[in-house]
Amino acid sequence: MNRRVSLIKNLDWITILLYAILVFLGWINIYAAVYNEDHQSILDATQRYGKQLIWIGAAIFIAIIILTIESKFYSAFAYPTLIVMILLLLAVLVFGVKVNGARSWFQLGSIRFQPAEFAKFATNLAIARYLSQYNFKIHKIKSLFITGLILFTPAVLILMQNDTGSALVYSVFILVLYREGLSGFVLLLALLAAIFFVFTLIYSSFTVAILIVIIAAISLKMIGIQIKQIAIAFALLAGSFGTLWLINKGTGLQLGNFSLLVISILLNGIPFLVYIYRNKIKNAALVLLLVIGSLLYTFSVSYIFEQVLEPHQQQRINELLGIQSDPYGAGYNVNQSKIAIGSGGFNGKGFLNGTQTKFNFVPEQSTDFIFCTVGEEWGFLGSALVLILHLSLILRLIFLSERQRSSFSRIYGYGVAAILFFHIAVNVGMTIGLAPVIGIPLPFFSYGGSSLWSFTILLFIFLRLDANRLELLR
Amino acid sequence: MNNYSNRRFTIGGIFAFVILIFLIRLFNLQIVNDEYKLSAESNSQRRVTQYAARGLIYDRNGDLLVYNQAAYDLMIIPRQVKTFDTLDFCNLIGINKEDVIHRIKKAKKHSRYRSSIFIKQLSSECYAVLQEKLYKFPGFFVQTRTLRKYPHHNAAHTLGYLGEVNDRHIEKDKYYTQGDYIGKSGLESTYEEVLRGVKGLKVYWVDVYNRIKGSFHNGDLDKNAIEGQDITTTLDIKLQEYAEELMQNKKGSIVAIDPKTGEILVKLSSPSYDPEMFVGRAMSKNYRELANNDSLRPLFDRSMIATYPPGSIFKLINALIGLQEGIITPNTRIKCHDGYHAGRFTMGCHHHKSPLDLKESIQHSCNAYYAQTFREILDAPRFGSTSNGYTNWKKHVNSFGFGTKLGTDLPSELTGFIPQATYHAKRNKTKNWKSLNIVSMAIGQGELSITPLQMANMVSCIANRGYYYTPHIVKSIGSDGKIDSKFLIKNQTTIEPKYFEPVIEGMDLVVHGGEGSTGRSSAIKDIRVCGKTGTVQNPGIDHSVYVAFAPKDDPKIALVVYVENGVWGSRYAAPISGLIIEKYLKGEISENKKYLEKRMLEADLINTKEDKQDE
Ligand SMILES: [Zn+2]
Repeated sequence: MNRRVSLIKNLDWITILLYAILVFLGWINIYAAVYNEDHQSILDATQRYGKQLIWIGAAIFIAIIILTIESKFYSAFAYPTLIVMILLLLAVLVFGVKVNGARSWFQLGSIRFQPAEFAKFATNLAIARYLSQYNFKIHKIKSLFITGLILFTPAVLILMQNDTGSALVYSVFILVLYREGLSGFVLLLALLAAIFFVFTLIYSSFTVAILIVIIAAISLKMIGIQIKQIAIAFALLAGSFGTLWLINKGTGLQLGNFSLLVISILLNGIPFLVYIYRNKIKNAALVLLLVIGSLLYTFSVSYIFEQVLEPHQQQRINELLGIQSDPYGAGYNVNQSKIAIGSGGFNGKGFLNGTQTKFNFVPEQSTDFIFCTVGEEWGFLGSALVLILHLSLILRLIFLSERQRSSFSRIYGYGVAAILFFHIAVNVGMTIGLAPVIGIPLPFFSYGGSSLWSFTILLFIFLRLDANRLELLR
Repeated sequence: MNNYSNRRFTIGGIFAFVILIFLIRLFNLQIVNDEYKLSAESNSQRRVTQYAARGLIYDRNGDLLVYNQAAYDLMIIPRQVKTFDTLDFCNLIGINKEDVIHRIKKAKKHSRYRSSIFIKQLSSECYAVLQEKLYKFPGFFVQTRTLRKYPHHNAAHTLGYLGEVNDRHIEKDKYYTQGDYIGKSGLESTYEEVLRGVKGLKVYWVDVYNRIKGSFHNGDLDKNAIEGQDITTTLDIKLQEYAEELMQNKKGSIVAIDPKTGEILVKLSSPSYDPEMFVGRAMSKNYRELANNDSLRPLFDRSMIATYPPGSIFKLINALIGLQEGIITPNTRIKCHDGYHAGRFTMGCHHHKSPLDLKESIQHSCNAYYAQTFREILDAPRFGSTSNGYTNWKKHVNSFGFGTKLGTDLPSELTGFIPQATYHAKRNKTKNWKSLNIVSMAIGQGELSITPLQMANMVSCIANRGYYYTPHIVKSIGSDGKIDSKFLIKNQTTIEPKYFEPVIEGMDLVVHGGEGSTGRSSAIKDIRVCGKTGTVQNPGIDHSVYVAFAPKDDPKIALVVYVENGVWGSRYAAPISGLIIEKYLKGEISENKKYLEKRMLEADLINTKEDKQDE
């Protein structure tokens, strides 16, 4: 009896309140998105809003069960849970049914179930468990390898189901690793990789190569090399590039500017290395290594983009980056989505008065594009409110994580925050044309039992852990 | 306990930063940028214009002249078009793929959000098939509108035609939008606002498949179309048809008026064209062909926008002015020795007995008689100068409607030309010019130019003994039948009624004077026709003109027949006049005139003329 009272007392009700508000708002927006005059009752179980209510009821049931389970159970069973999930992911590849081109669903009678959704909390548990080991050192090769294994196994399996969106979610764990001591350099590198990626496609490999050289110069200065020496290095580089350019012109070899720059960097790299070796500047070698790595990366980006990606994937990326625009083809969904949101204005058209969503101009409006309904019917006020509620929840989770005494709970909490963040960023970003169209649900909003339950499980396990924060590590 | 605790700020910062970017983006999408609201509107609303049925046009006897036939325009809203089966589409409407792409491009240029015409005037068979399959082609819909049909293929110039509005029309009158039709000439143009009615609008909600989901805002924005009003014209289409037949293969014009009302019974310009040529898809091609026909100029309405010297028929006016001014009396006799001689000046005349009194001068169309009378009118001492005398003369001439627009209800009427006194002063380079300088005006030559409509109106004045009603083409409008009140006003000439009788007697003699009467061929058994021939000097072959009215004592029709290159008035213009009058008053041509009718129908002045040129 006493324990139950303390559990209720120790639960973070602010988080639960935010959760409840979001779930409720999600439900009425699903009602608005699929509203039709024949089925006006919001409780009509033949319609999506009626079904969603059933899913919500089930979610509450799941939440209560999670809260009643002893918190030790979660760390104890972290690995077995992941293993079960991995087996399910394997099984779905064989026995699953295809929906929208992704073989990621089990069909049991009329109920469909998507294991990828549940792999998230399992992976999060396993990561928390592994990273919270006593004496864990993140920069050890073995640590990195196992961490990678935990993250990549489900990601790759999900990718094999052709569900790119859900696979990409695992990339967000880099933030959790960062919190647990991964060098900020890696985070920066990831950021640079993203920037280079975009620049390579929008501009050209050559532009990015120049960018790389400039960044290299700044890095060299930062590690204490004199400006004069950097200038000499650059003069040499420019000189050899110019010479090569002339030779190229003269002989008609028809090499691209990018190739010429790469050759001149390699040519100059040898005397540079000799110089570094003599002066024993260890970090400078790292810079050179990075430059070469970046060049290789840039090259492979354009290679992969042109040779590996399929035309429709290229199109989506091009559309997103504004390289080409085809509002009737690849860009149709996003364009319609922007129209719906944009037409909402400051305070929206009012509940059930959205025309773009009601008349099906927006595709997938109750699932991936549910934010359109919010934007159209509730306007800027409503969409801002939803975003701020989500942000509040995530920041609350960070706050809660930081007050944990157990590393396991903290890491798990960060994982929940990061996963939620990734979903919101990609989903909302997609509807307003800031992220590519990869179908992942908006937490608590999008129609569907699997995703609602998965987020509920994620969140309530953490709430359970948090309720016990004082008991652990006693 | 953990060195990296501060990193929560970095991580939280990243989260907050991304959300901030989203908020800025949303602010831009939802508040700053209006483009999306417009898109949304065009996305989900379909505004369907409800075209008003254009008013019908009848002749004076209730015979239908113009009616409407349904036509179907295939419309496109480019932003709603999705990829579709082009082959199927092309087969349905019978155009090729390049054409489809081209038309879509054109429509996009017009507007991506608003509808524009994709293909004009589909056939009803094509429409029937298309309607079934239209759901496969989002962004396309069919708009029904009407085309004009002409059961009689006559009176093209008078009826006018419809054409698509251009940018100028739209700018001038906001009622019109791209693709609307407007009366471009004739009745269709002057009575545009009566005939067109008021178009309406229906606004529907449509879903992504362009299916109508109901009335927009419960039909608050809807407006019902108001039908155009019907018009009954003054034309007698049977007579018009007959007149057009008589004028086939001839260049010229006929205008016939009911002098008692000013109603235009017949108005034609020959050669003409079939009004059906200006309907439908072939219109622009036909228009180009007709407009480029330089030798015949079929689009040119000679009855109102051609001006000719009137020739001898103008002697009637000079006779009336002479009588009014007291220069001559019906008994004034003037000698003619094969012409008019003044000093070294000679104006020839054909041989006839001499001297002649007034009515004989009309019968024989004596040049000398009118040269002298005209000079005396101008040189009468009481005016002080020839110039003042001329101005007085001109006042009389103007009162017949010459030199001004009559103010009829048809567009593009010309004024003709009756020069001012100052014009002559300028031309003769002196204020003290002499009446002899302009004596050719005495016989309707020289600086005079008059439209056939004005000539017909002149005959009306004479038939009415001194007044006219402004000639007009519309007898009644809509249900209450009201027409412009200006057509009910009697316009008095400056000549007193009593002076008309001797002139009319002369016109009687033209027809019934026996040997030497130039209008004999217009005589009709049992009907007293009064006429006057004219032969108008022309650089090529002379023009033939004849004016007449009948019956003499109760005029029911007054007309002019002007045949270009018709040589003498008596050759074509007079017989054609007689036939038209007889047809109008009796309904048929009497047996003894059938040969004349046949000759007129067969006369070909267009092709024979060319033959002569070939020689
Ligand atoms: Zn004579």
